[in-house]
Amino acid sequence: MKYEHDNGAISVEALNMTMKFGAFTALDEVSISIPAGSFHALLGENGAGKSTLVKCMMGFYHATDGELLVAGKQARMTDPKVAQTLGLGMVYQHFTLVPSLTAAENLVISRTDTPALIDWRRERTALDAFMAKMPFSVPLDQPVSRLAAGEKQKLEILKQLYLGNRFLILDEPTSVLTPSEADEVLGHVRALTRAGEITVLMITHKFREVSAFADDVSILRRGKYVGGGAVADLSIDEMSRAMMGEAPVVSERTRKGTQGQPLMTLHGLRTADRTGLKDIQIDDVTLHSGEILGIAGISGNGQMELMEILTGQRRIRSGTITVNGTAYGATRAEARAHAIRYLPEEPLRNACAPRMSVAENLAFRMFDIGKDGTHVFWKDNRAIAGNATTLIDAFKVKTSSPAAPIASLSGGNVQRAVLGRELTGDVKALIVSNPCFGLDFAAVSAIRDRLIEARNQGTAILLISEDLDEIMELSDRILVMSEGRIAFETPIATADVAQIGQHMAGHG
Amino acid sequence: MWRSKAWITLSKASSVPQAKMSLTDQTKMARQLASAQIISALRLRAEGVLIPLGALVAGFIAFSIFLVLLGKSPFEFFSLVWKGGFSSAFSWQNTLSRVAPLVFAALCVALPARLGLVVIGGEGAIVLGGLAAAVAGTALGGLPAVLGMPLMALAGMVLGGLWIGAIGALRIKRGVNETISSLLMAYIAIALFNHFVEGPFRDPASLNKPSTAPLADSLRVGDMPFIAAHWGVLAGVIACILCWVLIDRTTVGFAARIAGDNVRAAQIQGLPVAKLVIGFTALGGAFAGLAGYFEVAAVHGSANASLIAGYGYTGILVAFLARHNPLAILPVAILLGGIEASGGLIQRRMELPDATILVFEGMVFIIILLSEALYGKLGIFKTNAGGTR
Repeated sequence: MKYEHDNGAISVEALNMTMKFGAFTALDEVSISIPAGSFHALLGENGAGKSTLVKCMMGFYHATDGELLVAGKQARMTDPKVAQTLGLGMVYQHFTLVPSLTAAENLVISRTDTPALIDWRRERTALDAFMAKMPFSVPLDQPVSRLAAGEKQKLEILKQLYLGNRFLILDEPTSVLTPSEADEVLGHVRALTRAGEITVLMITHKFREVSAFADDVSILRRGKYVGGGAVADLSIDEMSRAMMGEAPVVSERTRKGTQGQPLMTLHGLRTADRTGLKDIQIDDVTLHSGEILGIAGISGNGQMELMEILTGQRRIRSGTITVNGTAYGATRAEARAHAIRYLPEEPLRNACAPRMSVAENLAFRMFDIGKDGTHVFWKDNRAIAGNATTLIDAFKVKTSSPAAPIASLSGGNVQRAVLGRELTGDVKALIVSNPCFGLDFAAVSAIRDRLIEARNQGTAILLISEDLDEIMELSDRILVMSEGRIAFETPIATADVAQIGQHMAGHG
Repeated sequence: MWRSKAWITLSKASSVPQAKMSLTDQTKMARQLASAQIISALRLRAEGVLIPLGALVAGFIAFSIFLVLLGKSPFEFFSLVWKGGFSSAFSWQNTLSRVAPLVFAALCVALPARLGLVVIGGEGAIVLGGLAAAVAGTALGGLPAVLGMPLMALAGMVLGGLWIGAIGALRIKRGVNETISSLLMAYIAIALFNHFVEGPFRDPASLNKPSTAPLADSLRVGDMPFIAAHWGVLAGVIACILCWVLIDRTTVGFAARIAGDNVRAAQIQGLPVAKLVIGFTALGGAFAGLAGYFEVAAVHGSANASLIAGYGYTGILVAFLARHNPLAILPVAILLGGIEASGGLIQRRMELPDATILVFEGMVFIIILLSEALYGKLGIFKTNAGGTR
């Protein structure tokens, strides 16, 4: 290809980068230097300025002040196209591939110089030659929608290399991957940096990935550079203290109380999965009070459907759900009578009305009951406002006003707001799905604390999660879901990650 | 707009505890916070008013260009709209006679819209409601007005409600697109209407224009005192207020707003989404049926082809211009009623075909739909409402 920077990794250096949005300083004189061929991690909480920094580097934002040196030369990132011609590329947290096209088609159309008439034979030869040089490959002829998440992420990285980019910014590249997929992808990325092919700047929340893969780390907090250096010289404790400031880092979560009575029983559930081709078959699952029952599994093995069954969004063909011995159909009256609450994944998309206000969203559980617990017809705006003030305070939801649309809040704040709403009152059961997806370290920690606290008070928690670390950390008992069935069950005391992993992958 | 009102009360309430703290700094901060909230609430409100208004003005300008291209004067057009719609008691009478059906037809769009449904077939419910009312009126000829009038209105509302409610039911139970089904069902409704008016319910005495039997005088709806308009206009005003109360002040309306904004969230809350959808579409249909009743009982005196006047379609424009806010529907209906009322005058004075008004309405509608993309994007309405990231 015809890019000038085709001769391997390039270095990037940011000098005194400052970015102001009105009166708010998102980035305050941050300088970081990333030598060619290194693997650099960028740590920080949500709102620490990581995204702002890389957006300035990529030309999506124009820095208020500061300089950027690319391969030692001063660069003015006036728009993202400049970054592309200089060899800077970005892999986003969520995929930017066209699902219905094949990997080969996705690669070819991503180029800016794709001709109107594509000579596929020539392109295929070129692609095969390109792939032969790469340390890893993906199937080129399958529609991207059929690829697993790990393969899609590998394709995203290949796409950047194919475009000739030699400095890659990876924005939480493993948030949608299983641990083994993450290790594989990052291992390949690291090998590419070692070979001097690319330089990598990775935004992450996971210390494990930093210590396992990165050479250097920079830590931001509230827009300022607060520490960094060679990963080998830093302990996880030092890194997390720099990232969190004075706040307590890891709270010791103590488990109290014992498993209580069976609360919810699923028996012989049968329904079609989202493709309509396969069946979801849940034969026998019992959830007890005071336990966290973790359901592990690789994304797309029926967890989403299970959540939809439990929330009443998906009809079952046969089988029963009973709560306290009576049939349960997830109506509002039943959920209220049994005090069952839900925390679906991506709460803004699944549990909020995005255009309604924070106060209104916080009122979803209480707006239709009066003080005496009966259904009321007239909406009580004062009660809704009071409820909002209490919850915003108790769950530390950062919002400029209860009247702001909930869509304007950051992910962690939306999650805290929804958790606050769902955990008010005497909650007997909480059905949770991927509660920490895409949240920063502090938010994850706070939310896990809340779950353990609820469990200790006797709430039954069904935790569906694709994050095995989370399952291992929180669960009292673990079920593994694979191909729409419960493939494996183990108490936490005897849980073995390797064994669980095998069942997740369908090798029982 | 209706949302921002609640904001103001909220911000007042939340500032009270802080204001009680005697430290002047905190009081000041609380005041600043409260005033910032009120300002952002006003901005949201201003956005909801100014964008549709701007779209309307843009529509006027686009239509003026169209007129200039035809070699006609836009100034003459707008002065004739003023003259024909708003300048005299006579023109106001002409305008107000159109307001009642427009208001009801707009509610038939606005109520389902609050649940995320775009129902554009209100015309069907209007004509069937009118037919049901006329047939009921003929059958009830002997009853005193006190009983006969409500029963006629009820007949129209029930049939209209069933008709549009069926569209909601098809949507929620079978996933049928409500926009297409409502449009197609409007054609079916008009065909049924023609069949019954020209067949089984035709008054043998109606020779040139097939009609149902004329209503007894006692069942005719008269004009209001002091205002040259029939009682249907007042009924429309009351209906708008009731709908606003329903959406903004009741728990049912709140549940409907949740379902309209995010149906998945509503399902997870266990809200009866199916009942809400069917209920709101049926209520909208009932209002459209009521429009048919007033057209029959106050204007035409029987059901005939004059009932198929396109109010159902203009009502769509009214609802969209009002952003589906029941209280805004009334002024918008008066504006569009006036423009339609001036159609005859414009046709005669400017020698323009009567479809000119439709061209105008079409232009405004397209610009309104385009303007939907502007919400939240215009700098002057930007608030710092969001939480810090």
